[in-house]
Amino acid sequence: MSTGIVNTGAVNPSVVDSSRTTARVVLTVAGLTLREASRRKVLRALIALTVALLALSGWGFSRLAVEETNFGTLTSGQARLVASQLLNLVMFGMSLIAALGTAFLAGPTVSGEVESGIALSVLARPVRRWVVLLGKWLGLAVFGSGFIVLAGLAMCLVVQLTVDYWPPNIVAALALLAGQTIVLLTLALLLSTAVSPMASGVVAVGLFGATWVAGVVGGIGQALGNEGVERVGTVSRMLLPTDGLWRGAMHALQDPSALLSFGRELQGFPFLSEAPLTVAYLVWSVVWVVMVGGLAALAFSRRDL
Amino acid sequence: MAEPTLMAPDEAAVRAAAQLVADLPPAPAVWCTGLRKRYGRQVAVEEVSLTVGRGEVVGLLGPNGAGKTTVIKMLLGLVRPDAGEVMLLGRPAGDVSARRAVGYLPELFRYQPWLTAAEVLRLHVRLAGVPVSEDDQLACLDLVGLGARTGDRLGGFSKGMQQRLGLAVALVARPEFVVLDEPTSALDPLGRVDVRDIVLSLRERGVAVLLNSHLIGEVERVCDRVVILDHGRVAASGTLVELLGQHEVRLHLTGVTAAVEARLAASGRVAREGDQYTVALDAGDDGTTVPDLVRDLAALHVRIHAVEPARISLEERLLGILRAGQEDTAS
Repeated sequence: MSTGIVNTGAVNPSVVDSSRTTARVVLTVAGLTLREASRRKVLRALIALTVALLALSGWGFSRLAVEETNFGTLTSGQARLVASQLLNLVMFGMSLIAALGTAFLAGPTVSGEVESGIALSVLARPVRRWVVLLGKWLGLAVFGSGFIVLAGLAMCLVVQLTVDYWPPNIVAALALLAGQTIVLLTLALLLSTAVSPMASGVVAVGLFGATWVAGVVGGIGQALGNEGVERVGTVSRMLLPTDGLWRGAMHALQDPSALLSFGRELQGFPFLSEAPLTVAYLVWSVVWVVMVGGLAALAFSRRDL
Repeated sequence: MAEPTLMAPDEAAVRAAAQLVADLPPAPAVWCTGLRKRYGRQVAVEEVSLTVGRGEVVGLLGPNGAGKTTVIKMLLGLVRPDAGEVMLLGRPAGDVSARRAVGYLPELFRYQPWLTAAEVLRLHVRLAGVPVSEDDQLACLDLVGLGARTGDRLGGFSKGMQQRLGLAVALVARPEFVVLDEPTSALDPLGRVDVRDIVLSLRERGVAVLLNSHLIGEVERVCDRVVILDHGRVAASGTLVELLGQHEVRLHLTGVTAAVEARLAASGRVAREGDQYTVALDAGDDGTTVPDLVRDLAALHVRIHAVEPARISLEERLLGILRAGQEDTAS
């Protein structure tokens, strides 16, 4: 029987069609988000900040190798050790720039567009809200990760040229830093579906800072052998995985001999990480992003515009 | 096992059935019933039902806060109704693809200020998933008077130009149903005329339009039907003739004879006040009654000083309905 009316195909063409539509909308919105970041001079501001950070740290590192300190001239081994610690410190500054940048980009994205009315004409199109949100998330994730990879590589090159130190696992370090940025922007997106544009950026950054401080407090607790205080860091690292990922990145950046030489004395020092990340923690971070992203999608699709 | 002849339907019968379905009138552009929306304890919309047929231009009128924009947003799936049902171009409004052929100019019109006018249209064409050529997109910008500004970023656009762009966005993806929420709020008089012409050309092309406007004259000129909302409810709805009632003609005559009076009475109910005669015309008047009457009166040698067609204006009617509503609420 062939009437051309009844569809007997094994694959439902509407399913294929709808996934194609979804991909098209996600990519369109992601492209739009990237274009917004570049045209609204966010990119330029980030580049200016990064160049300033690179130049300052390049200067500092270059003096480190040649000048005398209170302890006399550093041996090359000591210099590497100090460089590895300073790299952690500088990378923290850079991850801060990336995190703040994407949080303040992600914060206003949903609530700002709803407030201004830009969202009305976009969401009246045949698009699902979660698809639009996924597109925004993807655009911001590409932006944040791209920044981290490029600026992080540049920073490592500066260190390599000045004090001849190259981190042991640069790929893992940059991936974890990008992961940290993605975690924070996902949180900012969720906040952005619920609270005002300014509040969402501020709250995301505030939580980021608080988790870092809690991580430091936890480290001190560990050094003092106080389990109660140590738990503060553990719990905060579960609630918002930015600090955990940052510690993993630090571990991948620092010289493996650092822990051995500093030993127990510097336990709890905020720019020294004692252990690499566990697989379980990485899985938890992914689950966290999916969960918070899903929550953001749910909140956004139930919202009245 | 059943015989294959029983399983396979007769091809002719299938064709006939398909033809029958194809010949069915298309579903209305939008149909909704029992829409209700509350914000906290404030009732925004209560039991609103309305229909916009294919190719029909329907005006939505009402005072500020009557719930017009909320109704529009519920029709487009931007606001979730607490109760009620919406069918958009024959599909439930929850179905995303129902909005494929819908164009919308929001009351709060704002577009990405970092994009150019042409880029905004390209974005909306991609989101709509409708193939529209670059030339057609430019023609659309030209239609709303932005042909010379296609490559300019919106950051430098005036409010009026942004509203014109919004109109282009609503029209660009070959819509079958266009929703215009206060489309002339930021436009100068020339822009208003442009919008009127665009709405009329949409009607000619069979595109349905739902027009929310405060400019009653605008609505009266272009709309086939009007829905009046007040306090979130439909206060009145119908065609302009239904809402505005009969036409009248006022005549100033002297030297009236019995024959003249008889001729006047033949046209409709007559009311007299001195030399002023008011004749109520039939609702089914095809526009020939008044000229025929004047011709016959002239033949009867009556002096005709003035002939004034009269109709209660939509504005008067709207005010009447809204005031009656206020009195009801007060009592």
